[in-house]
Amino acid sequence: MAEIRIEGVAKRFGAHQALQDIDLTVEDREFMVLLGASGCGKTTLLRIVAGLEAASAGAVRIGGRRVDHLPPRERGIAMVFQNYAVFPHLTVFENIAFGLRMKRLPDGEVRERVGRTAELMHIGQLTERYSGELSGGQRQRVAVARALAMEPEVILMDEPLSNLDALLRLEMRAELKGVLAESRTTAIYVTHDQVEAMSLADRISVMNRGRIVQSASPMEVYRNPADEFVAGFIGSPPMNFLPAEPAGEGKWRVAGRVFDGPAGADGPLRFAIRPEDVGLSDDGLRARVRVVEPLGAHLLATCDVDGTMFRAVLDSDAAVAPGGELALAPAAERIRWFDPETSCAVGGGGR
Amino acid sequence: MSAATLGGTRRAGRMVYASAIALLCAWVLVPLYLLAVNTLSSPEAVQAFPKAFVPEFDLGSLRFFAGFDGMIAALGNSVLTAALTMVISIVIGTPAGYALSRFDFRGKEMFRLLVLLTRAFPLPLLALPLAVLFIRTGLDDTALGLALVHAMLAMPFAVLITFSLFSGIPVELEEAAWTLGCSRFGAFARVVLPLILPGIAASAIFAFVISWNEVFAAAVLTIENRTLTAFLLQNLDTSPLHLKFAGGFILVVPALVFIFAVRKYLFAMWGISSR
Repeated sequence: MAEIRIEGVAKRFGAHQALQDIDLTVEDREFMVLLGASGCGKTTLLRIVAGLEAASAGAVRIGGRRVDHLPPRERGIAMVFQNYAVFPHLTVFENIAFGLRMKRLPDGEVRERVGRTAELMHIGQLTERYSGELSGGQRQRVAVARALAMEPEVILMDEPLSNLDALLRLEMRAELKGVLAESRTTAIYVTHDQVEAMSLADRISVMNRGRIVQSASPMEVYRNPADEFVAGFIGSPPMNFLPAEPAGEGKWRVAGRVFDGPAGADGPLRFAIRPEDVGLSDDGLRARVRVVEPLGAHLLATCDVDGTMFRAVLDSDAAVAPGGELALAPAAERIRWFDPETSCAVGGGGR
Repeated sequence: MSAATLGGTRRAGRMVYASAIALLCAWVLVPLYLLAVNTLSSPEAVQAFPKAFVPEFDLGSLRFFAGFDGMIAALGNSVLTAALTMVISIVIGTPAGYALSRFDFRGKEMFRLLVLLTRAFPLPLLALPLAVLFIRTGLDDTALGLALVHAMLAMPFAVLITFSLFSGIPVELEEAAWTLGCSRFGAFARVVLPLILPGIAASAIFAFVISWNEVFAAAVLTIENRTLTAFLLQNLDTSPLHLKFAGGFILVVPALVFIFAVRKYLFAMWGISSR
């Protein structure tokens, strides 16, 4: 059992508050992704869990044991670094064996474990090579194998795929998911890539400016973003926003049309819909098409609705031309509402 | 300007460049060559005139040098002092270089400057107080005492070379070692040290050469236990020509060989990317 409990963790660097009031529990064997733009504190949080950085306040528990005063080696963790950190003076074999030798495991077991993890990561033939003789992808595999060979309770990964080229990243992503699911370790994975987060995570914690904004399953984060930041960060192209004015109880006027919305709210709201959740229909929002981008499977139309940019993902054979007029009808059950003051989600929708 | 004159200018520029390089090389190599020729000639040939420009490969001068009273002892003192200098400056300089590269502390920039400033004090200025201090503490006329002074001279280089070496090693390598079960010191010993060992060897050799070549402090602070430089200086007016040549040769060769061996790291210290 190795659940990770992060309780009230804060971190400041001089005058800069990097993290504040982080409360997060990662369940045993859960794959948790920390997602956020660069500088949001996600790597700092990971390093605090690893013990490479000391928290200014709060506690970290791994498997019920308080670890925040312990050095990294006593926390039962293994870590994969963004730049791989493969030791250049050791062979692949000795790299993977490094942690096992530190544990003073008998030679036979070291050999057995290194062989097994090297095979698992498909680097079985490379064990006598040095890091300088490996490609980026192979180094990445060594770094993951080195972490897995430790058979840790917790594996921490800091943007492990971000230095790989696009194709390799796709391949490693699927492989990582398989390997980690099999290893049954608890994992925290830091990334700024929302597609990576969506595809890997059991649960995504979206971070913004040193806080966790939302912590939920990938589909929940996608469908019901907790605030406008999450709505804009997750999904590509991002969610569309339009101003909404009250038009009677539970009714809201958006770009000249009236929609059913949350009751009880009084000020203006923001109406939000994902680009792929609109269809062509005569009674939709009036949109003037600016740019049309055929993407093969779909067609991305960037339009102007009531003076605001609005993107729609349409059928690839839709008759759309720049300068033309469209009527875009949002799918009613996919409409979300946000309070422009707090930017938080307001009632209704699927929640 | 026409193409022809432009080409002419360029050719002239190349000529100046080539002759400047030739001049520089000659400036360094000709004295070394003459030194070598005279050392490898018999004492008679060294005294004779006109000079030969081809060595006779006669070991007479060197044999005389080795047989000269006190010379071997002075050579031994030089080696001992240089070795001590090497050890002291590495043992103290390496941790300082590590701290400069890995930690942020108040006054770090000032410290870097001060390390260099130790070279700003002219030794003659320090010689008298040092001599008095050494006599009081009993360090005068010992290899250790002289090595302490030489270590001070070599220290800035040891600190700066190791600083640039440590800075070239990603901190993640150390962090990875920590997560894999190493203590802070363990990670240093198992990961960082093997990676910078060649560089440390280079800065050690450099310290050796600095001590080996140093004459002023050696002449002031030793009397009985002269190093080779101080011993040669002391006998400069009385010793025959071939002894001077042989002594100079013995002093120059190790320094040259060592510096040549570690040139890559000296470039690194000055921030020039080598290779």
